[in-house]
Amino acid sequence: MEQYLTSHFGDTIWVHILMGVPPLVFILLYALVVIYLEMKMAAHMQDRLAYMRTGWHGLLQPIADMLKLLQKEDTIPAAADKFLFLLAPYVVFIGTYAAFAALPFGSAYIGSGINVGVFYILAISSLVVVGLLMAGWASNNKWSLFGALRSAAQIVSYEIPSALAILAVVMMAGTMNLQELSAMQTGGIGHWMILGGSLPLAKKLIAVPLMLILFLIYYVSSMAEVNRTPFDIPEAESELVQGYNTEYSGMKFAIFYLAEYANLFAVSAIVTVLFFGGWASPFASLMTGPWWSAFWFVTKGMFFVSLNIWLRWTLPRFRVDQLMYMSWKVLTPFALACVVGLGLLLVW
Amino acid sequence: MTDTLTAAPKTSTGKSLRTEEMIINMGPQHPSTHGVLRLEIVVDGEIVVDVVPHIGYLHRCFEKHCEHMTNYQQVIPYVDRMDYVCAMNNEFAYVVAAERLLKIQVPERVEFIRVIMAELQRIASHLIAVGTYGIDIGAFTPFLYCFRDREKILDLFEMTCGARLLYNYMWIGGLSHDLPPDFVPRAKEFCAYFKPKIKEFNDLLTYNEIFVKRTAMTGVLPADVGLNYACSGPMLRASGVNWDLRRDDPYSVYHKFDWEVAVGKGEMGPVGSCWDRHIVRMKEMEQSVRILEQALSQIPEGDVQSAIPKRIRPNPGEVYARTESPRGELGFYIVSDGTATPYRIKARGPGFVNLSVISEIAKGAMIADLVAIVGSIDIVLGEVDR
Repeated sequence: MEQYLTSHFGDTIWVHILMGVPPLVFILLYALVVIYLEMKMAAHMQDRLAYMRTGWHGLLQPIADMLKLLQKEDTIPAAADKFLFLLAPYVVFIGTYAAFAALPFGSAYIGSGINVGVFYILAISSLVVVGLLMAGWASNNKWSLFGALRSAAQIVSYEIPSALAILAVVMMAGTMNLQELSAMQTGGIGHWMILGGSLPLAKKLIAVPLMLILFLIYYVSSMAEVNRTPFDIPEAESELVQGYNTEYSGMKFAIFYLAEYANLFAVSAIVTVLFFGGWASPFASLMTGPWWSAFWFVTKGMFFVSLNIWLRWTLPRFRVDQLMYMSWKVLTPFALACVVGLGLLLVW
Repeated sequence: MTDTLTAAPKTSTGKSLRTEEMIINMGPQHPSTHGVLRLEIVVDGEIVVDVVPHIGYLHRCFEKHCEHMTNYQQVIPYVDRMDYVCAMNNEFAYVVAAERLLKIQVPERVEFIRVIMAELQRIASHLIAVGTYGIDIGAFTPFLYCFRDREKILDLFEMTCGARLLYNYMWIGGLSHDLPPDFVPRAKEFCAYFKPKIKEFNDLLTYNEIFVKRTAMTGVLPADVGLNYACSGPMLRASGVNWDLRRDDPYSVYHKFDWEVAVGKGEMGPVGSCWDRHIVRMKEMEQSVRILEQALSQIPEGDVQSAIPKRIRPNPGEVYARTESPRGELGFYIVSDGTATPYRIKARGPGFVNLSVISEIAKGAMIADLVAIVGSIDIVLGEVDR
């Protein structure tokens, strides 16, 4: 797509701006879908119907919700640090949106083909923590502060196992560019990283269990990084009222939510690319091509989003110390062991 | 409850670093204080150093109101509103006390119906307790399963007396209505429906690894502390004290049924933990179904309104009667001066007494544990404040 645009506009700033549009459009549309999906999935798990009145089976409800949030009064607490308070939701959103630049939305589109893709995503999504800390501090509310500190501790801790899991896959693939990583996994389900990628059969037998563990480690830590149940302690509504976004209302609140859902897709997409072939079709050469690849990418991503929603409405919440225990004493050692194991396998 | 925290916060001073403890108000508007309880907590990071509960936000002068009734029967709707989650049990306690004061015996059928209603209400109340407890721990789904099942109990109540929450059903000397003809088969249907649901709920929440980890080591109430604070009900039984007024201070016809008292055994951690209180409630629901099944099949025929004068004038005297409400010992102390107006009515609310132990067991816990502890006490602020 970049080549196509460059051929029309030349190498100007417009190319880069246009390249940035698809993820934004995607995030907005996806937010509408995922809000509906989450509410409906939760409701059906809980023996109820969720919204049924706005449109067929409540299909228009997310739009109505959005309009409601737009009209809401945007209150700023009197004692808040006004500048930081206003800035925080955008920092959070930017951190998330920037991560979309390195996600390959199909064989023909990637926002930026930088060769340190995953590394960039890891780095830029840490910006979210800064935003959350700003929100919690600026609100001048003790509960918000608690939420912000908890989320900072949580996200920083869980970045370590998730980075190790990513490192293992990068070792296998020899590239950090997610587009190349996806292209590597084309040619059917057997080439997916979770099934040992393109290793010879004998090595695959050892690699598959390691990859499964790494997948679990990454998936669990990604849930923690996006603050979803069972790791939603930063906004644990029964403990901290609403955590860092207690004092937010109207569109600023909506932007926090948008960022959370966008982040959810981002980590699901990374899971997809790292372990499940990215945009590669599961049926070898069947259903390939730019449009199909986009289809596979979004479908796989949404599968992991749904899995996350399913878990969210099933499990209770961890306590702060249990959360830290899980990260430092369970996930990190296992991830390290897997990295070492995989490394030995690769040099053998 | 004195204001012990108005003094300057305690500080832990190091050589160069000085960290201050923080005072936070949890409530009265907080999602997990189960109403309008305010907990004044002193925290050192995530650790709770001290807790002082402040109550009274829902005080409605129940006891004073009673002294201005023109009739003993008129107190019953107020009793309903005391603990709105288990109104039937409140009525039960009050009518038992009033009937003891009047020294009257009600027909056997009335006693059976009262026991049936009280046990149905106990299940409904425990369903709210365990469901909201799930929310406190972060699991939202079990809550709605509880409300689905509670709905069926409320339907039975609605069928009987027209009301779903505040019934005014048990009257001194009888009941407001007899059972409708299809009540017994539908109640039996409910028992059959509900038994497998308890197991489903246990699988979903009670034995969930995260739930056990969150609750099994927190809020441990030793039996002697529980007794010293006069705790009662599931709160005390979870600490291993085998004490249930339905068996140990019999009233009504509970002695006719075959059932067991659920006691906390500390299967997952120390005896008396939050998990024990949860499992005691789960087991009590099973036992209530057992009592219900027996009562429904043995219910005798007869009249439900024994002949008592419209205007009750008990002889001067006093009485204290206590019953086992879902939350513990619910007692009414009534003083009569021989007129139709009660001279004094004092309610002994189990939630109020159970709540008093919180500063004892919540010290040193984390904020998340504090939520778990408050939830496991199962308070209803309507009854704490009255």
